[in-house]
Amino acid sequence: MARTDISDDPMASSQTTVPTTTDPILELRGVDVTFDMDRGQSRVIDDVNIDVQRQEILGVVGESGSGKSMFASALLDAVVNPGTLSGEVTYRPDPDTDIDVLDLSDSDLKRLRWEEISMVFQGAQSSFNPTLSVRGHFTETLKAHDYDVAEGLERARELLEDLYLDPDRILDSYAHELSGGMQQRALIALSLVLEPNVLVMDEPTAALDLLMQRSILSLLNELQDKYDLTVVFITHDLPLVAGLADRLAVMYAFQFAEVGPAREVVLDAAHPYTRALLRSVPNLDIPLEEMQAIEGSAPDPVDAPEGCSYHPRCPLATEECRIEDPPFETVETGHYAACYHHESTAKAVPFDIEDHAPEATEEWP
Amino acid sequence: MSAEPVVSLDGVDVHFDQDQGVLDRLLRNEQQRVRAVDDVSLNIGANDVVALVGESGCGKTTLGKTAIGLQQPTDGSVRYRGQDMWETLHGRTDGEISAQQVRKSLQIVHQDPGSSLNPNQTVMASLAAPLKRWHDDLSRQDRRARILGMLKRVGMTPAEDYAARYPHQLSGGEKQRVALVRALLMNPDLILADEAVSALDVSLRVEMMDLMLELQAEFDTSYLFISHNLSNARYLTKRADGRIGIMYMGELVEIGPAEAVLGNPKHPYTKVLKWATASLHPDHVRVEDPPVRDIDIPDQTNPPSGCRFHTRCPVARETCVSETPTLDAEHHTAACFREDPHHEYWESPEL
Repeated sequence: MARTDISDDPMASSQTTVPTTTDPILELRGVDVTFDMDRGQSRVIDDVNIDVQRQEILGVVGESGSGKSMFASALLDAVVNPGTLSGEVTYRPDPDTDIDVLDLSDSDLKRLRWEEISMVFQGAQSSFNPTLSVRGHFTETLKAHDYDVAEGLERARELLEDLYLDPDRILDSYAHELSGGMQQRALIALSLVLEPNVLVMDEPTAALDLLMQRSILSLLNELQDKYDLTVVFITHDLPLVAGLADRLAVMYAFQFAEVGPAREVVLDAAHPYTRALLRSVPNLDIPLEEMQAIEGSAPDPVDAPEGCSYHPRCPLATEECRIEDPPFETVETGHYAACYHHESTAKAVPFDIEDHAPEATEEWP
Repeated sequence: MSAEPVVSLDGVDVHFDQDQGVLDRLLRNEQQRVRAVDDVSLNIGANDVVALVGESGCGKTTLGKTAIGLQQPTDGSVRYRGQDMWETLHGRTDGEISAQQVRKSLQIVHQDPGSSLNPNQTVMASLAAPLKRWHDDLSRQDRRARILGMLKRVGMTPAEDYAARYPHQLSGGEKQRVALVRALLMNPDLILADEAVSALDVSLRVEMMDLMLELQAEFDTSYLFISHNLSNARYLTKRADGRIGIMYMGELVEIGPAEAVLGNPKHPYTKVLKWATASLHPDHVRVEDPPVRDIDIPDQTNPPSGCRFHTRCPVARETCVSETPTLDAEHHTAACFREDPHHEYWESPEL
């Protein structure tokens, strides 16, 4: 894979645009995650550069196997063995303090996870210990991090109430006594009990019903506001997160293809993959004729194509795309796309939802 | 839709008794019943597409299984081409249709393609099994040719290569195609597609549904499509001019043509589901409080009285607590008192 190595090639570095933000709480530079396999090296995160802005909701969207869960693990230096993580991950609890996450001791890392950056996974059932009550999970977590238990439980009760759960009932329950939606909400409360700054959520609603998904999203929006959280929301479901996120980052084949304000990315996507993805997602707004699957299949992490990894599926691909991996180019301020042809994508991959106003908003008489 | 339905369900109940532990029996606790499906009537015609939509636990899968004879109803009747299905399956009838024919004509595609294929068998072996069972007149060569032809038809080329693979060597979409081929090899009248696209990546769902619809025309089959996702149900049913049925806690609460149900939802629950289906346009996405009074589903063993949705319904009134609305499944209707402008509902106080 043709990759521009910033440190070795001064020419390349002057061209490379990194999707920066004004006040990043997390900063990733040249991050790689690799696994050594019998048939070669599998690169599941490939030279990723991105910032997470303080107190934003960043939606990370990608299909299965695009590397989005690995990206979540990289944020917390939690890549499982035998994977190796390299590059720079900087955490800034305040604008003047830099913490090099990959350089932390085990005890500092343990403190960072959960107290500073906490994580919620999909499938809450497997995150709970079946023999421990929900209260047990809260007290165990508080004790393990030397927090005051009584105070912590007060916070837990408030968090559970914020999530429309009855604290008395939930704290005394075991995970199996709760529905999937209740478990997931209890898990979100647990992840916030140590008052972290950043909440990383990996498909937190994937196994749930639509109504519960949307309910959790609106609760999450309120929590973010109330507790000044920074949220990284990782999902394969673009419409789900489009209305919640401030910015969207679209992953394709272990890299970010496009990063920008959510509104712009949906209404005016610059990367051909983003446009194709938007067109392929079943939803209630777009006429059926305009929904179209993406031709071809996603690349193999061991044997990714030369140049732009999307070129075999891209209608705009030229010689340039086949030879060299495109760097991020600025589409507009704060909106970046890794594509040589981002100016002509709108024509080549038509997608315009402005034309299709959805049916009138439901009135409740 | 032809005059005679392929499958017709009439007042079907499926109730499950929960297992009791020793302690429950000693204490003589009352046995709990889960009313998975309660008094549902539905006709599925030839070349018909019906999508059942609802939350988990609403009984949509149980109803689907009842329609294809995998679940015996505790009350009501299920008929296949006018002949009682369970009498036929138990060999207690002298009608024209044999139990074998019923089994062959009603097929299923499961949600998780990974676990519906035998991991120790190649695609060829998995697909040959039903042909050996039902078409033992076919020679080995004919069988192979038919399977390879079908694999080609669903876009799995080179077919010889795919036929020799094991399930773990296939992607999710490919496994689901194999499952669809397996169902279609029987030339069925009705395929129950139980969340058949939900496990696939969003970008693959449209492709899979397009394939299902193309094959429907070619093989002259009907689909009973089960989904918790209104967007998927819309895509499949609108394309095929089919119907959408909305289920809540074991009951069918609204049914009608896809266009009508989505464009003019009548039941408050359908409206809530529509709210829950995220819109793509950022200006139309409202991150706001859910329009339900309670975001959790009530206990299934003890469903609310009257209209079962009254505990969550944003427009419930006192009438809804005591009286049960009904549904006329032949037209686009909803089981809601608001459908009748003269109902006493309008006079009763709000909850």
